[in-house]
Amino acid sequence: MEKFTKIEGVAAPMPLVNVDTDMIIPKQYLKTIKRTGLGVSLFDEMRYDTDGNEIPDFVLNKPAYRDAKILVAGDNFGCGSSREHAPWALLDFGIRVVISTSFADIFFNNCFKNGILPIVLPQEDVDKLMDDAQRGSNAVLTVDLESQTITGPDGGEIRFDVDPFKKECLLNGLDDIGLTLKNEAAIGTFESKYQAAVPWS
Amino acid sequence: MSAPKTLYDKIWDAHLVHEEDDGTSLLYIDRHLVHEVTSPQAFEGLRMAGRKVRAPEKTVAVPDHNVPTSLDRAKGIEDEMSRIQVDALEKNAKDFGITYYGVDDVRQGIVHIIGPELGWTLPGMTIVCGDSHTATHGAFGALAHGIGTSEVEHVLATQTLIQKKSKNMKVEVRGTLPVGVTAKDITLSVIGRTGTAGGNGHVIEYMGEAIRNLSMEGRMTVCNMAIEGGARAGLIAPDQKTFDYVNGRPHAPKGGNWEMALEYWKTLFTDEGAHFDKEIILEAADIAPVVTWGTSPEDVLPITGVVPSPDDFTGGKVEAARRSLDYMGLTPGTRLQDVEIDTVFIGSCTNGRIEDLREVAKIMEGKRVKDGLRAMIVPGSGLVRAQAEEEGIAQKLIEAGFDWRMAGCSMCLGMNPDQLAPGERCASTSNRNFEGRQGRGGRTHLLSPAMAAAAAITGRLTDVRDL
Ligand code: SF4
Repeated sequence: MEKFTKIEGVAAPMPLVNVDTDMIIPKQYLKTIKRTGLGVSLFDEMRYDTDGNEIPDFVLNKPAYRDAKILVAGDNFGCGSSREHAPWALLDFGIRVVISTSFADIFFNNCFKNGILPIVLPQEDVDKLMDDAQRGSNAVLTVDLESQTITGPDGGEIRFDVDPFKKECLLNGLDDIGLTLKNEAAIGTFESKYQAAVPWS
Repeated sequence: MSAPKTLYDKIWDAHLVHEEDDGTSLLYIDRHLVHEVTSPQAFEGLRMAGRKVRAPEKTVAVPDHNVPTSLDRAKGIEDEMSRIQVDALEKNAKDFGITYYGVDDVRQGIVHIIGPELGWTLPGMTIVCGDSHTATHGAFGALAHGIGTSEVEHVLATQTLIQKKSKNMKVEVRGTLPVGVTAKDITLSVIGRTGTAGGNGHVIEYMGEAIRNLSMEGRMTVCNMAIEGGARAGLIAPDQKTFDYVNGRPHAPKGGNWEMALEYWKTLFTDEGAHFDKEIILEAADIAPVVTWGTSPEDVLPITGVVPSPDDFTGGKVEAARRSLDYMGLTPGTRLQDVEIDTVFIGSCTNGRIEDLREVAKIMEGKRVKDGLRAMIVPGSGLVRAQAEEEGIAQKLIEAGFDWRMAGCSMCLGMNPDQLAPGERCASTSNRNFEGRQGRGGRTHLLSPAMAAAAAITGRLTDVRDL
């Protein structure tokens, strides 16, 4: 997994609430057996018309936001399915940070496993960043994971919380499986005790 | 004496392998269900790292999302990408020694239908699957989580999941349901009440008389949509109904193990006085047959209602409602019962079980599908299909004008040939009415099987109580 330390980039505004995983990456793109290449299909049905032409009004089609690295989104972003294709598509497009007042649980977890930082902030902070994001290519934010701060175009700073374990994994690009296997002995011990107590499982 | 625990606390504690000071925990997993869409990258990851599946005997694979449901599907999957995905699952199952139910096996079906049906799903277990509707299995008093593909790989390799404990939420449904109101109406009404983010960060335990009175099928319908309410898992404490359902299933414990299991399962309930972080109480008498009008499962109204206006909402929901109404092609103030439909879809892991089909057959008694309407019934598994044929239900439904299909996810999400055309309007027993979910531009109204049958008869959204 790619490390996440500090990201500086354009933030795109997406004030819609309840953006679901079917919007982020529709089902026809779930047939891939790879993790990469989904960026062009990110937000497919909002981004292209039925003939495959770009819809100019859609935020990521606007010249200022084509290279956005940050999304500022409405409440409950990423609700719906467990598809990890959603963070894969965001990552493949170049999005490394999503900011909202709330996220769906599975999507939130999936982001961390793919080097994307989802940030939960109170409404007034999201509103402020949404305003900043409306400023087109001047909407540059800096997200520093180490110090847990977001710096806006005017130099204002917002602090955010992040789970210490998840922060550690992101900062170092750590692979969960490798970490867990450090506890392999504990798993073995648990397993034999458990299997004796619950032999039918 | 130890502090009173919730059912969630008890299952959690029984599976805790390791806990860090910050609460990050390693949870042991009893069952890992795998389907073709969210697993290829996980198996690829294992291969690249030279890892094995730690507990292949606890892992079960079945293709469901991509499989065609036409009667001639034995001739193979036409869509190349779909075929590659299904073939990949079969190969991965074989290479890693996992039980696999192929497309031609009568036991094939939607992963959340076959798990309980074959006795893989048992009370007190931890169950995961790379699919958000894994919550379904919570109906047995099992802690069942949907997980992402990285987590699928993690469970394959380690038989554990890294988790932080969620909060406890109680949803109590008091009293008895009025006639014509079903499990689907309960679960949709709860979401209508809490919103799609209401359960975020929580595990829901459903309780109360109306829940106890539900069959196992009904309970699965309720838990299935816990995820639409934002909760990662829904739970119902097991009782005699649960044990009777499980008893004798192919992978359920037998003999001495059965006795031992039963003794343990009877301890699986929330202790008197246990703490819930959030509580919701509904009176069953207040629940009506409901339908959705928008593109979020929280857009729920009684069938007697009218299409709302964006001005009825506040905040970000105003814009969302405007967008929904535009997408759905609906005008505020229209009576829901005047909304005409083109298609009826009965099936999915929410409502593709035998009881759902019996319910539909009951409503269709002496009636027919309206001429010109597309009406499909897709049993949730090959075994459900076979049972419906044996009970004579299938024949009746075919005679009433339904298209009787093979098992799979079908039009719940159009990853297979069953899709809505742009603008086509569907009365659907599935669980998601998101834009494009059933086919690009397709319009979905979620409802119960009884309400879907009523709509099939009249060709519009209909109050089943009026039939
Ligand atoms: S029936 Fe629908 S919700 Fe259920 S597993 Fe299949 S696609 Fe998902």
